[in-house]
Amino acid sequence: MLRYIIKRLLLLIPVLLGISLVVLILIDFTPGDPARMMLGAQASQEQVDALREELGLNDPLPVRYGRFLWGVVNGDFGTSLMTKRPVIDEMLERFPYTLTLVTIGTIFSVFLGIPIGIYAATRRHTWKDNAAIFFALIAVSMPSFWFALLLIRFFAVQLDWLPYAGVETWRGWVLPCGAMALGISALIARQVRSDMLEVLRQDYITTARAKGLSEQKVTYRHALKNAMIPVIMVIGGVFGSSLGGSLITEMIFSIPGLGQYIMTALNNRDYPVIQSGILIISTMFAIIILIVDVIFALVDPRIRSQYTKAKRKEGKQHGKQTEEAVEAA
Amino acid sequence: MADTLLDIRNLAVQYQTDDATIYAVNNINLAIRQGETIGIVGETGAGKTTIAKSIMRILPNPQGKIVSGEIRFKDQNLLDLPEKEMQKVRGNQIAMIFQDPMTALNPIETVGYQIAEAIRRHNKITQAEADRRACDMLETVGIPMDRFGEYPHQFSGGMKQRVVIAMALACNPELLLADEPTTALDVTIQAQVLDMMRSLKEKFKTSVMLITHDLGVVAEFCETVAVTYSGEIVERGTVEHIFDNPQHPYTLGLFGSLPKLDTKDRRLKPIKGMMPDPTNLPIGCRFRDRCPDAIEACAAAPPDVETEPGHIVKCVRAKEKGGAAV
Ligand SMILES: Nc1ncnc2c1ncn2[C@@H]1O[C@H](COP(=O)(O)OP(=O)(O)OP(=O)(O)O)[C@@H](O)[C@H]1O
Ligand SMILES: [Mg+2]
Repeated sequence: MLRYIIKRLLLLIPVLLGISLVVLILIDFTPGDPARMMLGAQASQEQVDALREELGLNDPLPVRYGRFLWGVVNGDFGTSLMTKRPVIDEMLERFPYTLTLVTIGTIFSVFLGIPIGIYAATRRHTWKDNAAIFFALIAVSMPSFWFALLLIRFFAVQLDWLPYAGVETWRGWVLPCGAMALGISALIARQVRSDMLEVLRQDYITTARAKGLSEQKVTYRHALKNAMIPVIMVIGGVFGSSLGGSLITEMIFSIPGLGQYIMTALNNRDYPVIQSGILIISTMFAIIILIVDVIFALVDPRIRSQYTKAKRKEGKQHGKQTEEAVEAA
Repeated sequence: MADTLLDIRNLAVQYQTDDATIYAVNNINLAIRQGETIGIVGETGAGKTTIAKSIMRILPNPQGKIVSGEIRFKDQNLLDLPEKEMQKVRGNQIAMIFQDPMTALNPIETVGYQIAEAIRRHNKITQAEADRRACDMLETVGIPMDRFGEYPHQFSGGMKQRVVIAMALACNPELLLADEPTTALDVTIQAQVLDMMRSLKEKFKTSVMLITHDLGVVAEFCETVAVTYSGEIVERGTVEHIFDNPQHPYTLGLFGSLPKLDTKDRRLKPIKGMMPDPTNLPIGCRFRDRCPDAIEACAAAPPDVETEPGHIVKCVRAKEKGGAAV
């Protein structure tokens, strides 16, 4: 297992090299000149050219790429052109905000989505199931900013219970986390429901019933545990992508998080921030996916047996899931 | 009968799908005595599995419904039991072995856990004691107990079936419903598993309902036989009745021309034609369209005719040969 994790971490290196190269090329293609942005419209062309030269913007791409990588290897993620502060410092300042938002939002969603999914699945085709699925569909389809605005309208403006922006106190976190949780919890609920329905049809569930187990034991120990495997994938994916992309929620609630930071950098062509920011966010995402895969292996012995050296010769038949997991990995 | 363990009366089961009602089991009567092994034979779709699942009350919910009848086990009608009480019967007094061992085990729990779970459910004992008994069960079915902590994917098909059998026998049930326990296995393993089941049956004095396509297995293993067709039992009696003196044209068809106990040709013979569509059953005898001996009277529902003591045939023509309707 440990060997597998190390292997996966090593595999990350070429992936991240590729990502940073692509980002660099994309920045090259993007119109807009960071030097011009820094100096403002009144600056003369000579001033701009001088600054470009100073920033190394005129160097050929491989040189810039090499310089960037060399910096990263030495722990230097560059300096923001706008604020003149190290990118890593600024990101570390902002990261806790995003992490709080995304973590609380996801935890919310898990505790809301999983029970709803189970509830619907165990009452399939009753009006309760239909109602749950109907609302989940609405929640998944509703844009998150719209729901955020509804929350503000109701809880902040009308009832005046909670602040409409800013996260200086814990009360400020309630609405953004709630706004974030709605769509995700609906996503999780739908995933749980469909996976539970799939698992509940399996023969081994009938076997479990035939042993005389209680309905709870069948649902939670036998069905839910099996159904969780794809659900964990979804949760991990949503969590990972939200770390870099909870931009809209951050904007609406004025949370100084990573999403806002990257957005501002993009607008200003603050390329060191863009480069390093995307690199760091991608790394986090990849690590979360790795964690998800490790959890998979912990839950599913068929996957685990592929990572650990099998003591016995393996049978020919592996489950469908195993093959999918291999493909995913 | 005093020593009747299970008595099924007028059982009817339907499956409801989106656009049709499937009449899977239609008013069957069947009794199993203490210690008896009864073979249930019949072609695919005849309703064999449905009968077994009805006894366990584990029909797929909400599609499968028992619409009428009684299933008396000892002195109680299982169909009247509240679900909680039924759970105490399942796996404890009545256990079931499923048709497909490949899918019958939970892939993410160890086989030991899955056996011990059944034991713990029905006995007030510690986990350690349950584990020890699960190990014993594994040894009993011929699997070394050091494989207790392994997962189903680490076992071959035959071994999985042994695990399933160990699980079913773990609480020493009075009645074992074995649904084609060997069909999914290859021939050599089949013989092993059957031998093992036979010795276990003798050891634990279990009554067995053995569902199979294999007439050879029935001849070797069973005392009585019920032949199912289109959700009905068309003929039942002792092995001698059915093998030496088959009466129903369908049974005769199954045996082909070699209805002898020592037959080498053990597989069911295919019969021309198809079983009627279970969503749209004909009135009268269901075998009429395929029957070489059909007469006018077959258009009406056939009576159960007792041709000799304990040998019951669902055919109007059996009467001609001197049987009495029951
Ligand atoms: N879950 C279900 N939903 C709808 N119809 C079903 C379901 N299970 C079984 N049936 C139908 O009920 C009838 C009897 O099925 P059953 O599984 O009892 O047959 P069987 O005798 O066990 O066949 P086999 O020898 O193939 O196992 C068939 O027509 C089948 O299509
Ligand atoms: Mg069957």
